Amino acid sequence: MLRVTITISLKDGVLDPEGQAIEHSLGNLGYHEASDIRTGRIISFTIDETNLSRANQKVAKMCETLLVNTVIENYDITVEDQVEDE
Amino acid sequence: MTEGAEHTTVDQARDMGLSADEFDRICERLGRIPNLTELGIFSAMWSEHCSYKSSRRWLKTLPISGEQVIHGPGENAGVVDIGDGMAAVFKIESHNHPSFIEPYQGAATGVGGILRDVFTMGARPVALLNALRFGAPDHALTRHLVSGVVSGIGGYGNCIGIPTIGGETHFDASYNQNILVNAMAVGLARADRIFLSAASGVGNPVIYIGAKTGRDGIHGATMASAEFSEEDMSKRPTVQVGDPLAGKLLMEASLELMASDAVVSIQDMGAAGLTSSSVEMSSKGGLGMEIDLDQVPIREKGMTPYEIMLSESQERMLVVLKPDATERAQAIFDKWDLDFAIIGKVTDSGHLVLTAQDEIVADLPLDPLVNDAPEYDRPHEATPPLSPIDNAELVQDMPLSDALKAMLGSHFLASRRWVYEQYDRHVMADTVIESGGDAALVRVHGTNRGLAVTTDCTQRYVLADPYQGAMQAVAEAYRNITATGAKPLATTNNLNFGNPEKSAIMGQIVGSIKGMGAACSALNVPVVSGNVSLYNETDGQAIAPAPVIGMVGVISDIKDAVTIALKQAGETLYIIGQSQDTADGWLSNSVYAHVIAGNDTATAPPSVDLGSEQKHGEYIRHLISQHLVSAVHDIGDGGALAALAEMAMAGNIGVNLTLEAEQLTHGWAFGEDQARYLVASADPTALEAAAARYDINIQKIAMTSDNMQLKLGGSDIISIEELNSVYENWLPELMGSKKQ
Amino acid sequence: MANVAVISFPGSNCDRDIITAVKHITGTDPAQYWHKETSMDKHDLVILPGGFSFGDYLRCGAIAARSPIMDEMMEHVWRGGYVLGICNGFQILTEAGILPGTLMRNKQLQFVCRDVMLTIHQTESNAILAQCKEQMQLQIPVAHNEGNYFADPDTLKKMADKGQIAVTYTNTGAENYNPNGAINDIAGVTSENGRVLGLMPHPERKAEDIHGGQDGRLLLTSVIEAAS
Repeated sequence: MLRVTITISLKDGVLDPEGQAIEHSLGNLGYHEASDIRTGRIISFTIDETNLSRANQKVAKMCETLLVNTVIENYDITVEDQVEDE
Repeated sequence: MTEGAEHTTVDQARDMGLSADEFDRICERLGRIPNLTELGIFSAMWSEHCSYKSSRRWLKTLPISGEQVIHGPGENAGVVDIGDGMAAVFKIESHNHPSFIEPYQGAATGVGGILRDVFTMGARPVALLNALRFGAPDHALTRHLVSGVVSGIGGYGNCIGIPTIGGETHFDASYNQNILVNAMAVGLARADRIFLSAASGVGNPVIYIGAKTGRDGIHGATMASAEFSEEDMSKRPTVQVGDPLAGKLLMEASLELMASDAVVSIQDMGAAGLTSSSVEMSSKGGLGMEIDLDQVPIREKGMTPYEIMLSESQERMLVVLKPDATERAQAIFDKWDLDFAIIGKVTDSGHLVLTAQDEIVADLPLDPLVNDAPEYDRPHEATPPLSPIDNAELVQDMPLSDALKAMLGSHFLASRRWVYEQYDRHVMADTVIESGGDAALVRVHGTNRGLAVTTDCTQRYVLADPYQGAMQAVAEAYRNITATGAKPLATTNNLNFGNPEKSAIMGQIVGSIKGMGAACSALNVPVVSGNVSLYNETDGQAIAPAPVIGMVGVISDIKDAVTIALKQAGETLYIIGQSQDTADGWLSNSVYAHVIAGNDTATAPPSVDLGSEQKHGEYIRHLISQHLVSAVHDIGDGGALAALAEMAMAGNIGVNLTLEAEQLTHGWAFGEDQARYLVASADPTALEAAAARYDINIQKIAMTSDNMQLKLGGSDIISIEELNSVYENWLPELMGSKKQ
Repeated sequence: MANVAVISFPGSNCDRDIITAVKHITGTDPAQYWHKETSMDKHDLVILPGGFSFGDYLRCGAIAARSPIMDEMMEHVWRGGYVLGICNGFQILTEAGILPGTLMRNKQLQFVCRDVMLTIHQTESNAILAQCKEQMQLQIPVAHNEGNYFADPDTLKKMADKGQIAVTYTNTGAENYNPNGAINDIAGVTSENGRVLGLMPHPERKAEDIHGGQDGRLLLTSVIEAAS
């Protein structure tokens, strides 16, 4: 079993009003050093697969068919060994 | 018995909100000491939220019957006959504490909960309303809370697809640390197809539908029955999370299930979750119930019986099915992709018996759980009567237009558009009159009939005089319904107060219930459902008492309904309920007193004359049904001139006051005397003739014009555009969504 | 009159409203399909209603765009069938790749429900709008959280060249005439063949006297007549 983490973010150049609002709000709180804020989403799951590159391929396909709107979003896939609890 | 079999102690009982006396009473009724699960069940059922132990003695005095009433208090929601074989099903409920801790989810789950109360009875919800109270506009938390609560209400209501079309939002420093979020839902059902919660049929399967049970909201009913302190901010993980999609699927599946004749009885798992639903269903049927907790769908590993029974996870229902209906039910749940599980059966034991891993983990007689909750006659001290302030001490030397502008641009009267534009008001395509006027109006789908709905309460009046203030809340709701042309039918109430163990607070509760009872009797709007929210205090500071009234009325043809908007130039404006020679009005504790005179003390509010309310209401409904008026507005906060300005802005039509200069006093313009309406008529002769027949005092005050101005006597003129700008800008500016 | 069908998904909540409005126009109940169905009869016009299909989870319309009925829907499109997607239906059409661009969160980060003024364009190049007058002005309400239309400059140019920018928010001079920040004030777009229309505003909510206007009915009638 492998653990998959997909980080989805808006492509550069796509307006991110939520990011702008956060930046504005941080500024109000005095954190002027924060800039270029972009928001995104993380999807994580366990995949029944042992081979890292095969897992990567499958996940990329999932991203292209459902998980990511490639018109406006980029994605980044991380696949690692599952750490068993207990 | 297995886990939890060890005896509980009085300290554990205290932690769950029970007193030492109550713990003794439980042990005595059981003849033994309860285990942890059993004690948890008792504490939930005997909480203020479920047992009304402080208020029940007084709630019993409210009028609850009338020929229009099909089911009064005691069911999930009240049911009222609206004619043509149809019934309106409605209730209001608070979600105050959860909304303060986590405003988005608190408000969203409040909406979800009240919707379940309505569709549980077989009614399709058709309208949502919200009575909201926030702290002072400039308080550090207010913006965050307003923004979270409003988006939470919209987040749930918009998604599930029920229009949010009414309610009220008010600001007062007493709510700085304890906001009020009261949600009301109104549904429609066939009068002969109402579903109740009483279980029947020994051996019938008990099924669980909907979301899995998690650890969220454990002991929420107890939390809603305790005072609040700073520490509670750390209680965040217990707040429930709403899932409006699951709520929508559960609603559609439940309605389909009920229509398929598969259901004996049905109950939502609201406050105190599986505990209250299983106890209420079996006790109302005079039966018993066995539940196998291993069959309850759970979301987290290792949940104890105590946690499963007291979880307040959202979007769950408990249903007693007809014995032959399992397959039908299965098909419906498959269609809607809902999980369901048979978790138990109806018995005739008179006990609720819970098993886990084949062992009995709780065995409680139902009778003491529901009938032996203590009923307290708490000491109550009536709120001392206050004197009014003379108008002479309040009136400021300024033109009417300046005072009007300041009032319309204040938190009391400013437009709530920023709030209601975040709510879908048009879904279901039956909205006739939406937010922004008096009552809202929805069509009964497929007919010409309409349901008018409103919520009202002026908490500064109630704080000063609970009896008059509660009467005023009923009277104002009555006027708002009437102003659309609908006939008021019945009420639901949400009693928001501080700690009832303090005699002054208990005095507010008693005074309010008496005033509400008197008004509901006189106006024939019986109380058919309600909710009590006590202990609204933070660090010993109680909120301004808010006995919120929700009211429903019916109009037989929506084509007759009117709005507050002026329609055309050349019409005559009258104040109904005011004689021609009235020179002055009641300014004490008015918006004028607070905003213009800067008098923020509690002083006597205007008094309510129920006879006039009824008489004037009948006259207004007559005028509307005879098409003698084109616009009607109740006169409330801000008095006649504020009402006039709202009508002019809504219709974009100008007005010229026609009274003599000496009649245009500030008391006349801004007094908040009750039982009055402002109407526009194209047929003044017929209107005056009817007034004579009905023996109603009326005052002719103005003519509508096409000059887009309010001419307030002499050179005192203000444009509608200028009024609009102060009225519309206040809330967006507060919320920071408007460039200044 | 056109033979109309309406597809419902879990979380659709304007299906009853559009069915009622269509029935008022055509006099007959449109056919109804549930998202799980795998076959669909031939229809002139398929309508994807508004709502929150699958709770707007993942992205608005994303899960609905991949439900079983959508294969039949694609076939309808390939056959040259007419399609109207309203609000969430528009989002589903972009997610399914039937219409270009995407609908992002409203610029003001709030749900918005109010009347807007619309202009109809490109009535000659779009068969679905053939019954409408060029530059027609319509007052119809919106109600959405994700109506902020976006497409990259190349796509926008291609769309403009092919006459696919069919409905815009009219600049009335009011500060917030565009309710969501949509690029180029776009409120609705058509497919290259001019037979699929995605629209953020809700015409079914201005279809009777009690709605305070009938501009929506006018638009729906035109679309139904065009598909006939």
